Amino acid sequence: MSDSPLDIVSQEYEAGFVTDIESETLPPGLDEGVVKFISAKNHEPSWLTEWRLDAYRKWRDMPAPVWAHVNFSPIDYETISYYSAPKSQTDGPQSLEDVDPELLRTYEKLGIPLHEQETLAGVVKQRPNVAVDVVFDSVSITTTFKDKLAEAGVVFCSISEAIKSHPELVKRYLGSVVPRQDNFYAALNSAVFSDGSFVYIPEGVRCPMELSTYFRINAQNTGQFERTLIIAEEGAYVSYLEGCTAPMRDEHQLHAAVVELVALKDAEIKYSTVQNWYPGDKDGKGGIFNFVTKRGACIGERSKISWTQVETGSAITWKYPSVVLRGAGSVGEFYSVALTNNYQQADTGTKMIHLGPNTKSTIISKGISAGHSQNSYRGLVRTSPAARGARNYTQCDSLLIGGKSGAHTFPYIENKSATAIIEHEATTSKVSEDQMFLCQQRGIDAEKAVSMIVNGFCKDVFRELPMEFAVEAGKLLEVSLEGAVG
Amino acid sequence: MSLLQVDDLHVTVDGKLILKGLTLTIEAGEVHAIMGPNGSGKSTLANVLAGRPGFEITSGTVNFEGVDLTPLEPHQRAHAGMFLAFQYPIEIPGVSNMEFLKAANDSQRAAAGLEARSAVEFMKSVRTLAESLDLNPDFLKRGVNEGFSGGERKRNEILQMLMLEPKLAVLDETDSGLDIDALQTVANGINRYHNSGNAVLLITHYQRLLNYVVPDQVHVLADGRILESGDRRLAEKLEAEGYAWVTA
Ligand SMILES: Nc1ncnc2c1ncn2[C@@H]1O[C@H](COP(=O)(O)OP(=O)(O)OP(=O)(O)O)[C@@H](O)[C@H]1O
Ligand SMILES: [Mg+2]
Repeated sequence: MSDSPLDIVSQEYEAGFVTDIESETLPPGLDEGVVKFISAKNHEPSWLTEWRLDAYRKWRDMPAPVWAHVNFSPIDYETISYYSAPKSQTDGPQSLEDVDPELLRTYEKLGIPLHEQETLAGVVKQRPNVAVDVVFDSVSITTTFKDKLAEAGVVFCSISEAIKSHPELVKRYLGSVVPRQDNFYAALNSAVFSDGSFVYIPEGVRCPMELSTYFRINAQNTGQFERTLIIAEEGAYVSYLEGCTAPMRDEHQLHAAVVELVALKDAEIKYSTVQNWYPGDKDGKGGIFNFVTKRGACIGERSKISWTQVETGSAITWKYPSVVLRGAGSVGEFYSVALTNNYQQADTGTKMIHLGPNTKSTIISKGISAGHSQNSYRGLVRTSPAARGARNYTQCDSLLIGGKSGAHTFPYIENKSATAIIEHEATTSKVSEDQMFLCQQRGIDAEKAVSMIVNGFCKDVFRELPMEFAVEAGKLLEVSLEGAVG
Repeated sequence: MSLLQVDDLHVTVDGKLILKGLTLTIEAGEVHAIMGPNGSGKSTLANVLAGRPGFEITSGTVNFEGVDLTPLEPHQRAHAGMFLAFQYPIEIPGVSNMEFLKAANDSQRAAAGLEARSAVEFMKSVRTLAESLDLNPDFLKRGVNEGFSGGERKRNEILQMLMLEPKLAVLDETDSGLDIDALQTVANGINRYHNSGNAVLLITHYQRLLNYVVPDQVHVLADGRILESGDRRLAEKLEAEGYAWVTA
């Protein structure tokens, strides 16, 4: 048994099993009826149903974006099912006793014990200080350590639950950072999202444990559209981590999530992602299309949001976690490792939008391309005239392995502040033969040598991950690089 | 059976013939020194022994404890006990020295069917070794040779040798670029490593090191061949008279 949700990799793609459980799945296709069905399933108030319908209508009239440096045949949105839930979850209060035992075994396989009692009794090994929310296909299954969090006043639950228990917060902040019409995939998500996580940290509270959501796609031909909303009130602090896996399937699956973060005065949100969606096989067959909108708003003075991501999975990644720096002296950070191998394509980066005075942002991006993969960094730094004394530092490093992969950098700078200082550094290097030979001469074989050199290259980013995840991220790189040399 | 037996070795690099019939035998327990003009092929020999890609053996043989080395990958040669201290040690940014040493040690032990040493015990022994080479233990946390001075890099090579305890240590100009104290430190390290079960091949331009590490044999490599062999007095003669008389 492995000791953490993400420690699930040893060789190939170990998370690639399929769980055979009864689920309730909507037939493929999308229209207003489907949107209403999803809303009704969640017993949502009418404002939200209307909100979704409005998003659907906007989406219907939008073209899919084509500017990313990725290549794929157009997705037929009529062949996707927009709702799939494990059957025993469909009605009534949801406790672990109601959960299909097969599903519990799935999580055990992944190293995510859901029984807190067992965890506490030491039956199952788990990190003592991580509360986990689990989203299986479109539905949140369970959240651990709720009571302990409640003591601190922290709300950590599924978004569908939050819609019922904290409707005023949801109404106030949902779509406040990523508006419905923001982009094609965000509009689609707004129309059909079925679940995701909700976090609320009250004023002055430092969340007593790491919060973690674990996403798993299981059902076939199903899109996953989760929605995450995290709110940190004045002076609050939270560190949140998401992990993702999916079964190996021959066809592509769509994942279009939206994550919104709101940081008020002096609040800090640290959001880390270890993304290990199925990348497709070594010939480029199958794999997840990961088209995600993640954005944080530093509303209050001196607030801070940092995104740390380790992206090794997905056939295609299209993702730009961003920060809108509104509060004076607020800080945005983006630390990213994106590794592509075989025929994977990644177009990822960030946007730092400086609106307030003395706002600061740091961007550290490490792209690694092996095999026939294409890896692009795309980053925007924008300062408004009001952003006096704004500062940005961007460092963008690419590492190539072998001669058939590509690395691309697309930095965009739009500076309207006369006093802003914007620095950009970029490097491209290869894993050198001399470095390889040095390792091998000391007895380290080629495969291990590459992963060690790549890990060294990523150190500045791994440093930003919560400790235990940094180790896993390293292991993940090792597995993802398999077959990259030799 | 000799530890190393090189016979009539011919090696080309990029199609150019560099080693032209080199023969050399080293027994366990011995120290050999190779001297010779710049460009004569000393580093080429060292690299060929270690199996660096790009060096093609066109004829001749290399046996290590009676086993043909040529089909072995570089890391397999290391597992067999071959060690090369590089003339120009390079950096591996972000990979700490300690991590690197541990990975090397783990691989070599695994190849020998041994369990990895515990991290705590391993780190302790590496720290002790580093101190004996006047390397501040803080060096171990830094990236491999990252920002190291020339002399620090050379001492770091010796640290790796002491830690890995190879059967044959080929030291390619490890004495070049060392200050007087560092030379003494490195020599002490080599002497500490050397015993009746292993051997040292020193590639050097100066007989200074040989005052501290006393060679059993000194060879002159010129024009891709060993043209002259003798005891340590040969080194003294070379220092006094240069190579002209050998190559003439
Ligand atoms: N890729 C190459 N193509 C052509 N010639 C090469 C190549 N690499 C090395 N050589 C040549 O091989 C010869 C031997 O080089 P080597 O590095 O073995 O010399 P050395 O004896 O170690 O010299 P030094 O004392 O300067 O370290 C040199 O003339 C060098 O220029
Ligand atoms: Mg040389």
